[in-house]
Amino acid sequence: MVRPGLAAAALLVAAAACSPASATPDARTIEIGIHYSRFDPATVDVRPGETVRFVISNTDPIDHEFIVGDESLQDAHELGTESYHPPRPGEVTIPAGETVETTYTFDGGNLIFGCHLPGHYDYGMRGLVVVGL
Amino acid sequence: MRPLRLLVPIASASFVLLVAAPAWACGGLVNSNGSVTLVRTTTMAAYHQGVEHYVTSFEFAGGEGEFGSIIPLPGVPTKVIRGGDWTLQRLVQETQPQRFGALALDAGAEAVPAAAKVILKTEIDALDIVVLEGGGTAVGNWAREHGFFLPPDAPEVLDFYAERSPIFMTVRFDADRAAEQGLSQGDGTPVHVVIPTPNPWVPLRILGLGAAADAPVEANVYLLTDIEPTMLPAPLAPGVASRLPGTSHPGLILQQSTPASTSLLADLRSDKGMDWLPSDEMWLTYLRLDAEAGELDYDLAIDASGAGQPSLVAAGLEPVAEPDPVRFDGYRAALWTAIGILVALGVASLLQRRRTGRPAV
Repeated sequence: MVRPGLAAAALLVAAAACSPASATPDARTIEIGIHYSRFDPATVDVRPGETVRFVISNTDPIDHEFIVGDESLQDAHELGTESYHPPRPGEVTIPAGETVETTYTFDGGNLIFGCHLPGHYDYGMRGLVVVGL
Repeated sequence: MRPLRLLVPIASASFVLLVAAPAWACGGLVNSNGSVTLVRTTTMAAYHQGVEHYVTSFEFAGGEGEFGSIIPLPGVPTKVIRGGDWTLQRLVQETQPQRFGALALDAGAEAVPAAAKVILKTEIDALDIVVLEGGGTAVGNWAREHGFFLPPDAPEVLDFYAERSPIFMTVRFDADRAAEQGLSQGDGTPVHVVIPTPNPWVPLRILGLGAAADAPVEANVYLLTDIEPTMLPAPLAPGVASRLPGTSHPGLILQQSTPASTSLLADLRSDKGMDWLPSDEMWLTYLRLDAEAGELDYDLAIDASGAGQPSLVAAGLEPVAEPDPVRFDGYRAALWTAIGILVALGVASLLQRRRTGRPAV
């Protein structure tokens, strides 16, 4: 059974992530699909300083995550024990069958996005954000 | 981040008993740290008079909490009962000393429910068994909502099976109940599933569920059929498998293919729930699966009819064909034409009888 508290937390995360207040008016929207535990597209291009609103749709019957960051952040999440993600920019949990969004501003070099639920990252749930001119 | 609660690990030791037909098995054990340990599984799939008898065993691995597994079935079972006490062991005994020695593919015929439908529930010892009908997503949703841990490859694997047969059996091992019943680590509970089906098959891909691509998957699969079956993929002879260059996991190996001995059949028939088994003229096939999980993208298709044409679709090597509307329209037109001719003949016969006062010939 899904624990009620866990489900509620997931809904709160989803609701917060989808909140209009979290959207930036001039942010570019990039849609990411998740199917069979793969991101599609697996590579996105952004400009330095650009703010992107990611809209992530999970069509799988299992939960996933979308975590944007560098390799050290991905490593930290891979070893972490955080069950669900608070609505931090670029970090969101996507419950099964749902669509959520998160907004992130890219400052420096290329970043990675990935899912760190058990086995997902090793399975190939990762993508690349190419930050270029 | 990694969830703290590692849910319901998937544990399964499957045994496929195939008397002239299909079987399946699954053997992924997810540990509390999320890693997967595969155990060698043994399954018997027997096929006789259009009915598949699948016998597998679920082993109590100790510890607390619950373990669960999901097994795809080739059709709707008529019953799920406790298996016999020595059937699997007797098959191993029969074959181990000797070192060598058509699926209901009616996709599109019926719509599967959007939500998984429970079609059978039962308890066997410490096992809670539920048979579901539904698509891959529906069954995945049901499993998740009922506390099953689904690894990342589960969505694709569930769809792989649901496209061919939307029937799945979930098995939950209640460790607390096992403790109450005095089960010890290593004790197994055999389960016997009776499935009428025109085309038996043995799910193999499910054995690699949740495993790393390079993880070995090992299983023993016993088939009992009325005649020698034809299989796809064709298993390798042991001598060939050992000489294959560059791989230590050759896939399916045919360890034994012989008429079943009368002593074996007599012993199996004397086990609980096995009296349906013929007393003679059965064929015993013993297959050993030794594959890497990443290479295990197929099932075992079996033709036990003598036609020698195991199905590519049943083996998972070819997608299920969509119904051909042109061909279907052709059949429908021919059907209506035939009905029209029969009606016309009936009317003519009636008129003739009224004219002559006696039945038309």
